[in-house]
Amino acid sequence: MAQLQEVSVDDLKHLVSNRAIEGETMLLNMGPQHPATHGVLRLLLELDGEIVINCIPDIGFLHTGVEKNMEAKTYQKAEVMTDRLDYMNTVGNNLAYCMAVEKLVDLDVPPRAQALRVILTELQRIASHLVWIGTHALDLAAMSMFMYSFREREQILDILELVSGQRMMTTYIRPGGVWRDVPVEFEGAVRDFIKIFPKRIDEYEALLTKNPFLLDRLLGIGVLTKETALSYGVTGPILRASGVDWDLRKARPYTGYEQYDFIVPVRTEGDNYARYLVRVQEMRESLKIVEQALNNLPMGPVRSDNRKFVPPPRSEIGTSMEALIHHFKLWTEGFDAPKASIYSAVESPRGELGVFLEGDGGPKPYRIHMRTPSFENVGVLPELAKGHLVADLIAIIGSIDFVLGDIDR
Amino acid sequence: MDNKLEIIVEALQKDFGLSFEEFRGEAHVFARPEQIVDVITSLRDVHGFELLSALTAVDYWPGQEPRFHVIYQLTSIAKNLSIQVRVPVAAIRPSVPTVTGVFACADWREREIWDMFGIRFDGHPDLRRILMPADWEGHPLRKDYPLGYEEPQFTFNFEEIDLRKPYAKE
Repeated sequence: MAQLQEVSVDDLKHLVSNRAIEGETMLLNMGPQHPATHGVLRLLLELDGEIVINCIPDIGFLHTGVEKNMEAKTYQKAEVMTDRLDYMNTVGNNLAYCMAVEKLVDLDVPPRAQALRVILTELQRIASHLVWIGTHALDLAAMSMFMYSFREREQILDILELVSGQRMMTTYIRPGGVWRDVPVEFEGAVRDFIKIFPKRIDEYEALLTKNPFLLDRLLGIGVLTKETALSYGVTGPILRASGVDWDLRKARPYTGYEQYDFIVPVRTEGDNYARYLVRVQEMRESLKIVEQALNNLPMGPVRSDNRKFVPPPRSEIGTSMEALIHHFKLWTEGFDAPKASIYSAVESPRGELGVFLEGDGGPKPYRIHMRTPSFENVGVLPELAKGHLVADLIAIIGSIDFVLGDIDR
Repeated sequence: MDNKLEIIVEALQKDFGLSFEEFRGEAHVFARPEQIVDVITSLRDVHGFELLSALTAVDYWPGQEPRFHVIYQLTSIAKNLSIQVRVPVAAIRPSVPTVTGVFACADWREREIWDMFGIRFDGHPDLRRILMPADWEGHPLRKDYPLGYEEPQFTFNFEEIDLRKPYAKE
């Protein structure tokens, strides 16, 4: 049996071919500390020369017991943990969690809060795709792209900081609405971004889309068929690049997505290049949604006035006894949710982000399971990697666009 | 509940004799462990649920018998429907037949449930821990597994706590 320098692979014998056991092929450890795995992902590779015969992902290095920790917190306090799952899509995680809580306790959300939720999650989707395009291009040796895409991402993070005070871990979306109304500078900041960003995507595309060096690494590499994708539970841009038109924003509109006019880009090739094109197109569509939502941003409250679940505004606490009681009860005990379970899902930049939430009649979630898209998307990696060069594996990993915090939870 | 979903639930009740609950428009059907592979296969091939969205479990210790529920959340892309199948599992030597033959993504999700709840999946090709270290003892998401914490050290009790802390051996 072949032996890695530090790790015995005896208990992984059944996963590699007989040739590895005879020492004919090479076993190579890629990661957990490897710049191209975008986090602490370990891949055990069985190589015949430079061809990948088997790829065995090893995950869990970033496991922090988020689900167990959330069970010990009230519904409001558990929300801060959702930010830490998929740290490229923090607003989207908050949205998924809050929608699950709202569905469980049957809470309404005012229209202005819904529009703000849409604007921020779509900006976050763009930011997430910008990180993807930067790091993906960096892996494929297009160094400058990283600087350009992070320049634009910085602008989005500034908008998040403007509304919530935090660049990444925002916790801005709360059950029943959002934390507080946006400041007056918000509209101008988003308008600035809408104005410059289409030109910037054109620049990215001028750099990358027809670049022969990039095409060599992307075209026809890592082909994922529709059937394999569905069997592995792959969702999001990867599924859409394999020819399945499935976007929860269109199929099951939530938070008012039915009001906005946008298309869901779908490609049928299923290779790295199709995934690249789908994501680039998605950035343009997200920007369209942001613009429409901003143009039709309704006035009104940003939090539900159901005082049993949503704390009263600060101004009321000074004058109303009842408001003081509600405030006190909500921040000490929390609110009770029924003894029932629901599943609610949103479309994150990586796919279906589902929340399975079960209440037990008390103020803490009895069981919460985050169905994170990266987990399934990495599960399909062994299928994609087989038969490709190690160098192409880097391109495939980049095109899957996973976040380790999302996988390990 | 959606009309199309109602027809599917009725068909399942007829074919497998499953009981059923509804909450906020979601259909939850209950199956026995030995039925689950047939139910999932039938949902995929006959009723068009081509995506296994989520696969997880809940521990009802100590209040409820059977102790565990394994939960299969399926999505139909063509019909735009969702259905949840729940499998109650007893506390002693909990095990459920694997559905890796039906959906490939069940491989990792079943490993996760084994890791977190200690429910075995009969016939699973590679049932190892996935998130916790391989030599971990216990199954963290069980309700009788305590949530760990670190004692805060202050000046007055620094040495007392330091003695109890596990450090790596030289």
